[in-house]
Amino acid sequence: MLSMKADVVVIGGGPAGLAAALSCHERCIRDIVILERDSHLGGILQQCIHNGFGLHWFGEELTGPEYAQRFIDLVEEAKIPYLLDTMVVDIDENKTVYAVNPQHGPVQIQAGAVIMAMGCRERTRGALMIPGGRPAGVYTAGMAQRLMNIEGYMPGREVVILGSGDIGLIMARRLTWEGANVKMVCEIMPYSTGLIRNIRQCLEDYGIPIKYKCTVVKIHGSQRIEGVTIARVDDARRPIPGTEEFVSCDTLLLSVGLIPENELSQKANVQLDPLTGGPIVDEYRQTSVPGIFACGNVLHVHDLVDYVSEEARIAGYGVWRYLNGLDSKCGLQGDGRARIKAGCGIRYVVPQMISGEEDIELFFRSDNIYDNGTVELVDGDQVLASKRFLRIVPGQMERFKIKREALSGIKPGDGLVVRWRSLG
Amino acid sequence: MELICVLCPRGCRMQVKAGKDGGWEVEGNGCSRGKGYAIQEMTCPMRTLTTSIWVEGGIHKLVSAKTDRSIPRDRIMEALKQTKGLKIKAPVNIGDVLVENIAGTGANLVATRKVDKAQHTYLA
Repeated sequence: MLSMKADVVVIGGGPAGLAAALSCHERCIRDIVILERDSHLGGILQQCIHNGFGLHWFGEELTGPEYAQRFIDLVEEAKIPYLLDTMVVDIDENKTVYAVNPQHGPVQIQAGAVIMAMGCRERTRGALMIPGGRPAGVYTAGMAQRLMNIEGYMPGREVVILGSGDIGLIMARRLTWEGANVKMVCEIMPYSTGLIRNIRQCLEDYGIPIKYKCTVVKIHGSQRIEGVTIARVDDARRPIPGTEEFVSCDTLLLSVGLIPENELSQKANVQLDPLTGGPIVDEYRQTSVPGIFACGNVLHVHDLVDYVSEEARIAGYGVWRYLNGLDSKCGLQGDGRARIKAGCGIRYVVPQMISGEEDIELFFRSDNIYDNGTVELVDGDQVLASKRFLRIVPGQMERFKIKREALSGIKPGDGLVVRWRSLG
Repeated sequence: MELICVLCPRGCRMQVKAGKDGGWEVEGNGCSRGKGYAIQEMTCPMRTLTTSIWVEGGIHKLVSAKTDRSIPRDRIMEALKQTKGLKIKAPVNIGDVLVENIAGTGANLVATRKVDKAQHTYLA
């Protein structure tokens, strides 16, 4: 068994892991290792061949593989070591990381600090519990994306897409370009969770209808899928009897949400937030286990990779503080942190704990569409900070910068609330 | 007709109709860029094409590619037709031109991923 030590172990070589490792390196931490389970770095970006990445970080429009390569080049330049084909199987609270790969067999690494950057995975048919048989031809949108863009297979010819997440919309266009007939997109909500530009450029451009408040209630077929029954839903998202309609198809794509992948975090006893599905963290992205940090989609699902890179940079800064003993109030159980909760109109907030030592930025999502108002950070009756928004929508993560001065009065154990307040 | 502007997250709902002197009347745009976008969408919508091309002798079976500038939307299918049956020899680097002046649009189809030569080739 290969046994080694490292100041920082980064789990995952996707956009979050790469940017976090680089952030550590920029702060003169040299003993870093990135563990990646795939045979190349870059994570899911390698199959996202469409453009629209990098507008915030690089100020230009890149495709997924190009965005990934910019970071891979910097990692190579910095000579940050990485192990490919390496699957982390266990981690404990002492930050001992256990992994396996075909070259070394079992690998044990004693880490000074760990950055969790495992990303997320797609919700599957099993999670939705759609009745019917178990025929071939039912894919998650990301699986179909991999088949088409990496493996070179065409998933099918007559396609129905359930869910209007961005990957589903992108695949609607990709399939159309390759000659498939995309019949419709069904969305259970009254609005799309995808970006406006994707609705325009992937559906409207090709006359693909999107049916709101509509879902798939049955899958037909025994060997290969032969069709689906769709139905309208009421305000409680229950199918309305009598509205069922049969739609023939040989392929059903599911684009129904992403779940942070936190099995490893749980092995290390990292406390999770049921609202995000990711760890509870402080403003430096440190989890409830001292020395274990998290960033990117493992923490909460982002819409834009640029924001993942930014969050990873924060985690790198946190690791630097931790390794240099600057983090006196180490861990969420420490006595110096106030809790932040999502209040009226807000679905979740990251970070969930703050010390208020420095300027911070809150990342949040709303629980519905709201127009013209402010998002406020309040401590009891006192409004500490507020930011004006013309509109907030659940499909778009928003950001809220707060100056240190505004946080000077917070006390350990305070319960702060982020809430929406409509104006007029 | 109604158009939602995609240039920024604000997503202005714009009404566009043909003007008297052959121009376009745009309403509901929050800024001048929105007006330009609306007129472009009505006259000649432009899109970047992204696809993947087969690679021979590479560590990956396919290389991702894009047009190096946006092309008229109604030329996309023709551009795709031109990539059918195309096979590129590894190695390929980001920015390598795979198809010059694709579908006569003036844009080149360029690689967006690096594909090194393989030790063993894939058996097709």
